[in-house]
Amino acid sequence: MKKFAKYEEWFFKGLMYLSTLSIGLVLFVILFSVLYTGLPYLSWEMISSIPEGGYYYGKSGGILNAIIGSLYLSLGSTALAFIVGMPLAMFMNIHLVRNTKFVSGIRFILDLLWGVPSIVYGAFAFTIMIYFGLKTSLLAGIVTVSLFILPIVVRAIDEVLMTVPRGLFESALSLGSTKSEIAYRIMFKQCFPGIITAILLSFGRGIGDAASILFTTGYTDYIPTSLGEQTATLPLAIFFQLSSPIPEVRGRAYAASIILILIILIISLLSRYFTKRYEKNKINF
Amino acid sequence: MKIKSIGIGRSLRSKLHSSWMAVCLVVVIILPIIILVGLVLKSVPILDQYSLSDLLFSSEWRPMSGKFGFSGFIISSIWVTLVAMLIAMPICLLTAIHLTQYAKKWMLKTMYPIIDILAGLPSVVYGVWGVLFVVPLISDYIAPLFGKTTSGYTILAGAIVLAIMIIPFILNVLISLFNTIPTELSEASLSLGATRWQTIKHVVLRKAFIGIVSAFGLGISRAFGETIAVLMVVGNVIGIPKGIFQPGYPLPSLLANNYGEMLSIPMYDSALMFSALLLFIIVLFFNAISRMVIIRSTKHI
Repeated sequence: MKKFAKYEEWFFKGLMYLSTLSIGLVLFVILFSVLYTGLPYLSWEMISSIPEGGYYYGKSGGILNAIIGSLYLSLGSTALAFIVGMPLAMFMNIHLVRNTKFVSGIRFILDLLWGVPSIVYGAFAFTIMIYFGLKTSLLAGIVTVSLFILPIVVRAIDEVLMTVPRGLFESALSLGSTKSEIAYRIMFKQCFPGIITAILLSFGRGIGDAASILFTTGYTDYIPTSLGEQTATLPLAIFFQLSSPIPEVRGRAYAASIILILIILIISLLSRYFTKRYEKNKINF
Repeated sequence: MKIKSIGIGRSLRSKLHSSWMAVCLVVVIILPIIILVGLVLKSVPILDQYSLSDLLFSSEWRPMSGKFGFSGFIISSIWVTLVAMLIAMPICLLTAIHLTQYAKKWMLKTMYPIIDILAGLPSVVYGVWGVLFVVPLISDYIAPLFGKTTSGYTILAGAIVLAIMIIPFILNVLISLFNTIPTELSEASLSLGATRWQTIKHVVLRKAFIGIVSAFGLGISRAFGETIAVLMVVGNVIGIPKGIFQPGYPLPSLLANNYGEMLSIPMYDSALMFSALLLFIIVLFFNAISRMVIIRSTKHI
């Protein structure tokens, strides 16, 4: 009996190691296979120029339009989501801090919204646009993506704000601070690294999502100069070029994926760096 | 005097800020309601003309001649989600146990960034990887193993890609779940002479059982709505799939492939919005139930 227990433990421990290992391995395989096929197509021209005539038949040009478009799109939508999301997170943790039931209700709604597939946001936004006779544009994309990342921003900031000790909040109140001062002079500073991480997280979500902008941003070969223009984005550039029958064009899709992966990795590294760098400014109890 | 005027400014600022906060709150609360109402309003025309059971259980999809049967898409979605969950569930559970109960510090230090990066990779990148790696793997190695020939663009390809996408998501939920289980319980069991694994099997897993089930529920809702990555590898052939080596056409792919170019065909637009509504309701259903169960169970621990 004892021996059996030992073997059982070994068996499951082995399985656990295997499954943990397999997750690590999968990341390696993903990065390796995309890099392996994409690197030969990656060139300075790809990154620094917009598509030229005959680009989609394999002639020269690059995807600068998509890179810039994606950055515009996710910067804009992150900013918009932050303007709405940050005050809401503060509201939940400062003004409503006594109504725990109400706050957990809001958290519940936000978690539900987080789970709504981005394609539903995209389809919904497109219907609204048709209804009002709007054309596809950068602005429409920004609004759609910001709706999609709003719950992520709020919940991520909310999680950080929840860790602020109540003593800090109460001592600021007792010294005569107004609630908005508590929000921005104390909570904001105390949670700065967490808030940066939340912003970067939602930026990453925004830049990587394709389904919500499939119908709302349109697609163009030029770099947008105003909010009303259509714009190309990296995920859609990858998606469209991958379905091409011409190998050079498909190769560019792989190269574009490398760029997208790099952006995501940079975001991940940045958020680690900020967490470490600003952790020391925190008031510790 | 001066002090007083500053005081008014401060409280005014605070009030203005509070009202902006309240506006933001209202936006978030009514957003799901607006989406739901919008989707329902748009799907009313098709629900008027066809009965709900016709739409859900017929598999005939010919928009040009006014035939809208969603069952092929629904069944494809279920297939992809189920197979993905079957792959993801054991891996997630074992890894979560490993990371929370056994793993050494260096292991955690390497695994957490890996999980973070996996969670952050855009779905289109998973799709590209699926086309590059999973599809050839299936057509060249896995399918011949079972004596089948396929192009590789199959339910199985979609499920494998999907499984890998939801693993980091489920894993994060499971890890935080296992961390909330009080260590006193496992310590008591260990002190009575149980082995580590016996403790996990009889104490930790039993205590966390409901939480685990609801974590999987969250995974299902995440998997059901995933669009682009699945769309790129699943084949997109209309019809009811009969096995994992056949192409499928899940609901999100239907929306993504056809929405935006359907305006000239009558009812097509409404039919597609109906599929968005279905997606919305199914996802919300799984999400809401799992979240409620998680909230309930963490209260009692």
